Amino acid sequence: MPKITKASLGRFLAKQGILIAFILFMVGFTLANERFLAPENVMGVIRSSAILGVMALGVTFVVISGNLDLSVGSMMSFSTIVVLDLHDKLGPTLAIPAMFAMTLCLGAIIGFLVGYLKLNSLIVTLGMLSAIHGLTLTYSGGKNMDIADKEGTWFSVFGQGELLGVPVPILLFVGLAAFLGIVLSKTPFGRKIYAVGGNGVAATFSGIRRPRVVLGCYLVSAFCVATAGLLQASRSLGSQNTVGQGLELEVLAAVILGGASLLGGSGTIFKTVIGVLILGFIQNGLLLVGLQFYAQYVVTWVIIILAVWLDIAAKRGKLLSPIA
Amino acid sequence: MTGQSPSAGADAPRTPVLRLEGIVKTFPGVRALDGVSFDVLPGEVHALMGENGAGKSTLMKVLGGIYQPDEGQIIVGEKPVVMTSPLQAKATGIVFIHQELSLATELSVAENVYLGELPKRSFGRVDWKTLYAKTNEILGRLKVGFDAKTRVGDLSIANQQMVEIARALTVDAKAVIFDEPTASLTDAEKVVLFDVIADLQSQGVGIIYISHRMEEIFKITDRISVLRDGQYRGTLSTAETNEDEVTQLMIGRKLDLSRNVSHHDLGDVTIEVKGLSCGNLFQDVSFQVRAGEVLGFYGLVGAGRTEIAETLFGLREPSAGQIFVQGEEVQIHSPADAISKGISLVPEDRKGQGLVLGMSCRDNMTLPQIEDLKAGPFVAEGAEIAIFDKYRDNLDIRTPGWRQLVGNLSGGNQQKIVIGKWLSMHPNVLIVDEPTRGIDVGSKAVIHDLIRSLAAQGYAIIVISSEMPEVLHVSDRIAAMYSGKLMRTFTSDEVSEDNLIQAISGLKSDQAAAA
Repeated sequence: MPKITKASLGRFLAKQGILIAFILFMVGFTLANERFLAPENVMGVIRSSAILGVMALGVTFVVISGNLDLSVGSMMSFSTIVVLDLHDKLGPTLAIPAMFAMTLCLGAIIGFLVGYLKLNSLIVTLGMLSAIHGLTLTYSGGKNMDIADKEGTWFSVFGQGELLGVPVPILLFVGLAAFLGIVLSKTPFGRKIYAVGGNGVAATFSGIRRPRVVLGCYLVSAFCVATAGLLQASRSLGSQNTVGQGLELEVLAAVILGGASLLGGSGTIFKTVIGVLILGFIQNGLLLVGLQFYAQYVVTWVIIILAVWLDIAAKRGKLLSPIA
Repeated sequence: MTGQSPSAGADAPRTPVLRLEGIVKTFPGVRALDGVSFDVLPGEVHALMGENGAGKSTLMKVLGGIYQPDEGQIIVGEKPVVMTSPLQAKATGIVFIHQELSLATELSVAENVYLGELPKRSFGRVDWKTLYAKTNEILGRLKVGFDAKTRVGDLSIANQQMVEIARALTVDAKAVIFDEPTASLTDAEKVVLFDVIADLQSQGVGIIYISHRMEEIFKITDRISVLRDGQYRGTLSTAETNEDEVTQLMIGRKLDLSRNVSHHDLGDVTIEVKGLSCGNLFQDVSFQVRAGEVLGFYGLVGAGRTEIAETLFGLREPSAGQIFVQGEEVQIHSPADAISKGISLVPEDRKGQGLVLGMSCRDNMTLPQIEDLKAGPFVAEGAEIAIFDKYRDNLDIRTPGWRQLVGNLSGGNQQKIVIGKWLSMHPNVLIVDEPTRGIDVGSKAVIHDLIRSLAAQGYAIIVISSEMPEVLHVSDRIAAMYSGKLMRTFTSDEVSEDNLIQAISGLKSDQAAAA
């Protein structure tokens, strides 16, 4: 057992800062409202975080590779609308793979622009945010999309079903997180993502085909978005064109809360999951302590900015630093 | 200024401009500075030397107020000061000229010189007239060939450094610290810099000069203080010492930088290049390297040496010519192609091109072959660690373990990681571009020995270097480049410093270029 000194404690806190903040939030909210930690509330929070969470998994890949993806919100609207529309035209068995294929095409376009043409990912995905939104509106003619026979379809199983008492969205989220976590930490593809994000030039000098890795990350992101769209469509069986609007920032917030660096090269799936849960529990906790719904936005973002500041301050070793 | 200035105690005692007394700074697990004491006299150039990791940077950060010492005192003039921030250090009269320039390249020289302290008129408007006048006055003292209104981005690196120095002169500087100032300067630019230093000296400013370059140290300094492993090893009077003594103090042993004499039998031609050209970068270059041979490329910056390496490694498309590896012509369009043909490159810029600093030693070393190290779909970590262990032992890489981030290693060990990365791929050809740039003296010799022993093991090696002793030391043959052309290839018997310099300066030699 190594001796615990002030410095080693500081390093531990700096490393686990987010996890500790999470525990403190949980304790605080529990003291404020005993229903907070009740099993049905916890399950409810995780369940409602699942869609955001699934998207955050994919964005984690993109962020570690040193890029951004701001298009995930509008892409999720697209997936949701498309699968709902095709459900009645083709039947669910064909609609789902068709929607996945279309979403992956969008991901491939972004991956090509950022990876092969080496365009700035912020500009590309910001542009795609609007372009895909327009695509969705064009596709739907601006109308909301609903499934005709809401009672008679098995399609609702993804968003509303349960297996052994656990809601299917949670199973999908956890399953996908485990799978992608292994891909990122255990496979050559994962290793290359860290290398490309950590130092793209050195990765190229090591024979890594950088454009391919970047394309791969955007495809993973698109796959996650398609899964989120499936969950969303299946839960409500009808949707507005704007269902995913604004989610891109919440997703990014969760990834950063988890501790991934926007400069690339660091972050893990596990940390992102923690980030997603923190975000979910903060919002739920604020509701339970009786904060007005709209005020939540303010408080949530104040907490996010505080968390990021403390995280960076812990790494620097002081709260204010003359050097960035 | 060359060593004539009085050293400590030679004349009437003068008050040092800066005195360090028993500075101790510890980090978890490391005693980075262990009782460092020395002083800088007014008008003195005081060299601070030590291998990478000896504590020079930490000491500078203590002086600059970025770190607080655990023990010891900094005394400026006669009074002890506690440095709490870089700004305060500057106000005290301690000024740094950093190795990496920190200028706003889009702004004018004047704005950079007075950044943060622009003279003001009413309503907070900048007083441009005063600003330019004051700046031009300082520039006049430095005798530079540009004026206050010039955009900094338009200046050469050397002139940008002059802007940094001008910035230092805006305060009443008592001590100016130069950190590797000549790293990116040409010989002519160095002369100008040394003039400026002499000028500062004559104004009674104390100068701390940090450099690895012995030549310069012996040319311009009065005294030399040496650090090793965070400990102060002593101060020597430059006039009374020599390179050997300094080196011995720095690394604790003697160093052999004589010409390499080891000879072993050469194998077949491993790589042959015929008429290789790449636009206007280099033209019609032909050479061959045998197994077990080291071919050194020597030439001025911009002569096309690095570009040849980059072309062989698939980073540039050749406009003409052929490349043969082990007798077979190969087409190389990407680093991946080059690697698959057994060509590997240890690049010039170790941190920018060679390593992912935020990744572990092991992960860096296995990066090029990660796709081949699989157990099922997963990375075979056991095989990775085995590779790391093997090359750590073979190359004597000093690291606590494979998990250590490469960014935390010293320059020499980082370079060994890059070399190990390629050796583990069992390449045919190893290209090493500037093998010891930014590496301290002790590790340089180790890297040189390593290159020789790799040649003895049968690798065909191409070494590109701007340092003549290095090329002479490690190469079996030397290719002299001038302005994109291979002027002549010397065998180690033919070569001398004189004919090599002639060849790289484009001067006619009696022999035609021979491959």
